[in-house]
Amino acid sequence: MPFLAALLILGLVFLLAKNIQHEGFSYFATISFIGLTNGSVYALVALGYTLVYGILELINFAHGDVFMLGGMISGTMIVSQNAFGLTVGASTASLVPALLGSLAVAMLACGLINVSIEFVAYRPLRRAPRLAPLITAIGMSFILQDVAIGFFDVNYKAIPNVLPRGNVFSIHGITYTWEKFIVVLVTFPVLFALMWLVLRTKQGKAMRATAQDRDAAAMMGINVNRTISFTFMIAGALAGAAGLLYALYFGQVRYDTGFQLGLIAFTAAVLGGIGNLPGAVLGAMSIGFIQAYNEGLTWHMPGSDWTQSIVFSILILILVFRPEGLLGERTPEGG
Amino acid sequence: MRRRLRERLSSAWWAALAAVGLPHERWNGFSSGLRRAVKALLWVGVFLILVALFGVWKTSALAVAAVILLLVAPRWSHASIRGRRVGTWVAPLAVIALAASYPYYVNHMPEVPVFGPFPQLSTLVVMTIFTMMALGLNFVVGYAGLLDLGYVAFYAMGAYMAGWFASSQFAKQNVNLGAVGLYPGATGFHFSIWLVLPMAGIATAVVGILIGLPTLRLRGDYLAIVTLGFGEILPQIARNGDHLFGTGFNLTNGTGGITPIDGPGFGNWLDQHLHLPANFLTAGNLDSVFLWTGLALVLITVFCSARLRDSRIGRAWIAIREDETAAAAMGVPLMRTKTWAYATGAFFGGVAGAYYASYKSGAFPDDFFFQISVFILCMVILGGMGNIWGVIFGACFLTYLDREGLSNIGTQFNNQFGTHLDVPKYEFGIFGIIIVVVMLFRPEGLIPSSRRAAELHEAAHDEPLYDHEVAGA
Repeated sequence: MPFLAALLILGLVFLLAKNIQHEGFSYFATISFIGLTNGSVYALVALGYTLVYGILELINFAHGDVFMLGGMISGTMIVSQNAFGLTVGASTASLVPALLGSLAVAMLACGLINVSIEFVAYRPLRRAPRLAPLITAIGMSFILQDVAIGFFDVNYKAIPNVLPRGNVFSIHGITYTWEKFIVVLVTFPVLFALMWLVLRTKQGKAMRATAQDRDAAAMMGINVNRTISFTFMIAGALAGAAGLLYALYFGQVRYDTGFQLGLIAFTAAVLGGIGNLPGAVLGAMSIGFIQAYNEGLTWHMPGSDWTQSIVFSILILILVFRPEGLLGERTPEGG
Repeated sequence: MRRRLRERLSSAWWAALAAVGLPHERWNGFSSGLRRAVKALLWVGVFLILVALFGVWKTSALAVAAVILLLVAPRWSHASIRGRRVGTWVAPLAVIALAASYPYYVNHMPEVPVFGPFPQLSTLVVMTIFTMMALGLNFVVGYAGLLDLGYVAFYAMGAYMAGWFASSQFAKQNVNLGAVGLYPGATGFHFSIWLVLPMAGIATAVVGILIGLPTLRLRGDYLAIVTLGFGEILPQIARNGDHLFGTGFNLTNGTGGITPIDGPGFGNWLDQHLHLPANFLTAGNLDSVFLWTGLALVLITVFCSARLRDSRIGRAWIAIREDETAAAAMGVPLMRTKTWAYATGAFFGGVAGAYYASYKSGAFPDDFFFQISVFILCMVILGGMGNIWGVIFGACFLTYLDREGLSNIGTQFNNQFGTHLDVPKYEFGIFGIIIVVVMLFRPEGLIPSSRRAAELHEAAHDEPLYDHEVAGA
């Protein structure tokens, strides 16, 4: 197995090197920045999956759709004349409050949606066979998609390019543009805040304790239900932030956007080791880079037609050969 | 929550009985037949009140009431002739007769309140196909307890098998094995449908085994996601299959799909000797012939379901569903048993897919929609996992809702209340609500298998350590 893995990595490195030689380094660097941006969005969603899985051992199937609703809500707020009403090439003075304002609203709204989903669909089934909540999660996912259809119809909702497109820097043909930088600029503080919350606060300690052993945590005086609700709140808020960034960066959201992206983000969480927070970020970044290289590079690359297949092949291979993920610990039931 | 609702309902029931002068003890003193009859009458009464409320009073309502009475009241299912329990055949035979003669009476049926006109013949054909698929998924989900979210992959594989072996897709080949209704000089593989159906079943069963072997070791929810992954990879192959790996080889004809697919038929010889239709497409009563063939396929599926359930492997499936560890300790080979469940489920999915492809004369990448997987899963859950009657009911009802019911109900709703809701647009949200409500309040489905119901309620018996009802409020 290690031999095969080494061979695989060598092959991938060779493929990348040939591509760099073929395309030139500056192009490669530009593609890498796209990967970093994609990876940031995936990381925010993947963390939601991992947080919920860590505490309930439940694949929150509806998480991708919460993300989609976040994109819809913030996209509407950014362009609507009743809210911020931004247009193409908005000034920084109007952009910053609009960004922060819609970020706050999207995070809060998605957090609340996620908490209500847990309350309605997962909590009554906490002692049921473990497939029962997974099935209700699928049902909730469809319900949320129809909520989006009801409010925003079935077509793509287009969001104009309100983010500035200028260069942050441009050295030797390697350019890094603002709209990509803003995504990273929002993502990383959120990630660090989350790390601080989970590792350094009392509430975070309660979350980790509940994840380890729910009954023991209850006996230590932790309010298990409140902790689980809090976790869903945080996960939903992260999805809301991701929704805003996605809507602004990619410029279009549709009711089924969340399903596709949710699956990719779930793959990222599994790749990193589900239940493991740094793992989710690592997995998301890897998937982001893999997707960007696959779609951007041209020397014997499968191309964007096959991105989904590649991502799901990674998911299947990881689950079959290393179910604990890249950073996860081996558990007795992991396989 | 669930328990409280049930207690409230049952206390209401006893109070109602006492109000009409039947206290608890007297009711229990009645014979079971009498109790069933009273309950049945009550149901019929409720039904009639509903009919009266909607202001429509037609013969159809009486007919439906009579059927309900027949189904629930007497204990005819225990009737026996010379010790043989013939009674158990009454209900199945009645249903088969009603379904098979449907083409003859559908046009004479009046409108039903709320639901509108009776479903068209083509809807019934699709019902038989989805019933087959739901019964196939029932092997995996209902019997073996493995959640499969990629079942649509098997169905679409079957459709593409029909596309490959009963159309002009591979124009360089020229093989004709009993296909009917070909235009002269047609190239490609043209196999008779009666060969294609088992071929599709076997091919998808092999695919099922290939998918199952590496993944069935995974725990339930991981397995669900992996099957979902396969269900997303295969459509991409179908979509991109017209330029696989840079070669010019056209495997699937890309997004256009493979069409047309040869129509089924029995050929001239059987037509002359047994009066079986030579070619369905030119038979005149096309939908009826497809319906009867579909019914025959469903009957085969039901037979296999029932016999396999009670066989050695079926008991092993149910043992695994109930407790994997205990089953393994009793000597059930987990991997082999699960793989068989997968292969069996895949087989019927493939047959159904091939039959559907020949009915609508095409195999398209859109057949792989994830929504279809959930649609079929919803049938199994709604009807009752593991129960053949339940699954059939779920499949028929949801197919009806999908094809006609929702738009009929929507139109009537809009007329009644002056709204402009496009109800079919929210179809999958409605299915989502059905899934959630069934899982929360009746996880064993509408027509449960008693064994599965006991299993699902088992978990509720052990007392939780902390009271989530109180803490959650």
